[in-house]
Amino acid sequence: MKVRVLYFASVREKLGRDAEELELPADVSTIAGLRTHLRARGGAWAEALAESRLLRTAVNQDMAPPAAAIKPGDEVAFFPPVTGG
Amino acid sequence: MKISVQMDDFDVGFEIKSISKNNSIGAVASFVGLVRDVAMTLEHYPGMTERAIGKIVEEAKTRWQVTDCTVIHRYGALEPNDQIVLVAVASGHRGDAFAACEFIMDYLKTRAPFWKKEQTAAGTRWVEAKTSDDRAADRWEERKPDAA
Repeated sequence: MKVRVLYFASVREKLGRDAEELELPADVSTIAGLRTHLRARGGAWAEALAESRLLRTAVNQDMAPPAAAIKPGDEVAFFPPVTGG
Repeated sequence: MKISVQMDDFDVGFEIKSISKNNSIGAVASFVGLVRDVAMTLEHYPGMTERAIGKIVEEAKTRWQVTDCTVIHRYGALEPNDQIVLVAVASGHRGDAFAACEFIMDYLKTRAPFWKKEQTAAGTRWVEAKTSDDRAADRWEERKPDAA
């Protein structure tokens, strides 16, 4: 399935990328699965999305936990804990 | 209800007057957040930001009597003493206005997708999220009116 992935703030900077369209393998169906899949790219990806790193995630512009399911056409975002206000 | 995520500055007096034009309103409580001593750039997630703030305001309306409400949050480059955020709540009485205003601000801090990057003499750095902000938001979970 195809999804759109967005990266913000320090994650975006580390990856040198703010968005991409991605065709996911059949076994990737959750945010946690997508994170593992992206980490396998190695280098900056392994570092920015490392398990030890506290990140927040959203699906279709709602905060979502690692176990949240991803459907075709979804917009998934990775970012650090928010610091507005 | 007005929710605006914008680069431009805002006029607090104008915004408060704008939500005070109804004779059932007896109280308007407002909060203005300012940049302290370090210039910064604020990044946000266009679309999700407005949606997240909208959900926070809707949640506030289920807990308190909110007649009208304005939330403005700036993004982009900001200098010391610049205004960053305005939350203004109009209600029949002050108790609801104060509580809803503080609630919206506490939830915005932990749920609205904004990120601050400070420009210090030593270079730029992303501001780390504070656990005290999480605790401030968590307090409202305990005070939820329908909590058994």
